[in-house]
Amino acid sequence: MIEVRHLTKQFGHHLAVNDISFSVEKREILAFLGPNGAGKSTTMRMITGFFPPTGGTVIIDGNDIRTDSLAARQKMGYLPENAPVYPDMRVTAYLNFCAEIRGLTGRSRRDRVAETLERCFLTHVRDQTVSTLSKGYKQRVCFAQSILHDPDYLILDEPTDGLDPNQKHEVRQMIREMSPSKAIIFSTHILDEVETVCSRAIIIADGKVVADDTPGGLKRRSSLHGTILLTAAGPLPDDICPYFEKITGVSQVAIVDTEQGRFTLRIFPDDPETSCINRILTAANWKNIDILSVSVEEGRLDEVFRQITADPEDA
Amino acid sequence: MHPKGNFVRILWAIMKRELAGYFGSPVAYVFLVIFLLLSGFFTFYLSRFFEAGQADLQGFFQWHPWLFMFLVPAVAMRLWAEERRLGTLELLFTFPVTPTEAILGKFLAAWCFIGIALFLTFPLVLTTLYLGSPDLGVTFCAYVGSFLMAGVFLSVGSMTSALTRSQVVSFILAVVICLFLILAGFPPIIQMFSGWAPLWLVDGVASISVITHFAAISRGVLDLRDILYYLSVMGFMIVVNGVILQNRESA
Repeated sequence: MIEVRHLTKQFGHHLAVNDISFSVEKREILAFLGPNGAGKSTTMRMITGFFPPTGGTVIIDGNDIRTDSLAARQKMGYLPENAPVYPDMRVTAYLNFCAEIRGLTGRSRRDRVAETLERCFLTHVRDQTVSTLSKGYKQRVCFAQSILHDPDYLILDEPTDGLDPNQKHEVRQMIREMSPSKAIIFSTHILDEVETVCSRAIIIADGKVVADDTPGGLKRRSSLHGTILLTAAGPLPDDICPYFEKITGVSQVAIVDTEQGRFTLRIFPDDPETSCINRILTAANWKNIDILSVSVEEGRLDEVFRQITADPEDA
Repeated sequence: MHPKGNFVRILWAIMKRELAGYFGSPVAYVFLVIFLLLSGFFTFYLSRFFEAGQADLQGFFQWHPWLFMFLVPAVAMRLWAEERRLGTLELLFTFPVTPTEAILGKFLAAWCFIGIALFLTFPLVLTTLYLGSPDLGVTFCAYVGSFLMAGVFLSVGSMTSALTRSQVVSFILAVVICLFLILAGFPPIIQMFSGWAPLWLVDGVASISVITHFAAISRGVLDLRDILYYLSVMGFMIVVNGVILQNRESA
């Protein structure tokens, strides 16, 4: 388990990370969200022991990163932001170096390096110099480095940044495949990733945790969560909004769109968790409305993200 | 803390990577060629090796402080500045590696590299052997002294390299400090102090100079105090190097 306890980091007068606490168990994939400069990378650098916290600490499987740093680091794999790799080294030589540092020797080292090359789809570039590789491949080499020693804990700082959609998909796939045996923390700006990959998300803003929830739980915080979108053919009837608002369970109706012979309404229920779709459909039938589609909005993470992280002074 | 075997293993892994890095880039070959050309030029043209009529390498070694003053900081400047610029420092320092292992590993690799450069001057020794019968003991001592002096300059360069992301800044700082270490023993500098400063300060400044110690060793006097001087300056710089790296607040 990774336990982050009251982690604080001060750079001069600037409080970059302000009393962050959370913990991640094995089998969990935690997404780390937040605007740029919120303190995500700083937090990850303290978790991995790159620099010491000003206050608080991190416990990796019982090893305190401040007092028992080497043991803690041995159990972690880390992919820093921008995936730094020595540009003048060949891929295999680089991974061999990392394996040697991690204490793998002889046959077990060769096997691990070969296995990791394969797993990260790097086998065909194994003899190339890193500087000749494209951004996506460099990212993979650095990723390979982080899983080389099969660590129990994986810290990935924007692992999909700068990759094309196919490569993003591959990285997500790898993260998901590894999750049964590991605790994984990764930071991202891509909110779709949160829904498809992780089991929990933490949003930080101004160095503080402002939300710690499942992706579904976060979506439920959206003001649009549980609203019903109804699209129908025909011109917009005049009294349609008050008509629907009379239905039990409906609190408000808004016109989203009217264009070329169709209109779309957004119906806000009193309680997002109890459906009133049946009553709405019945009411629509009475009015002879030609319904084209009906959908229930789950809520949008990007909206929740903006809502939570917006600076109150800006709002 | 991990057992002793790991210390050697990690040190060796870092040294190997670093040395491979030197020879994998043109820097190494440029350095070797320039070092050998310049030392040959100084020995044969400025010191008039053949005209001097003496089968010794005094005229070769006397230039080493000045050669090393520029060339060693050029080797050292990339040690840490490059790691910081590339961001690879972040990986190195999140590996299960102590700062001592990382610093010593890199330092020893660079020192080995300079050792290789020095070794490649062996044709000069062969020349003196061909021309006469030089005192090989003196030559050996001079090589040891030269190697130790290079180590001192290297430790300075490694320290300044840790201060900055810019190799140029690191190079200039290192050259200035090396210049001070050379000039501290020169009569004009000593006279500048001797008028007003207490005797201990004058002696102190003079004894900081690598020249004083190098001169003794290159005459064939392998004094323990001189060796201690070199090792303690190196040790001091390496400790400062570690303090700088541990107090960095960013990559």
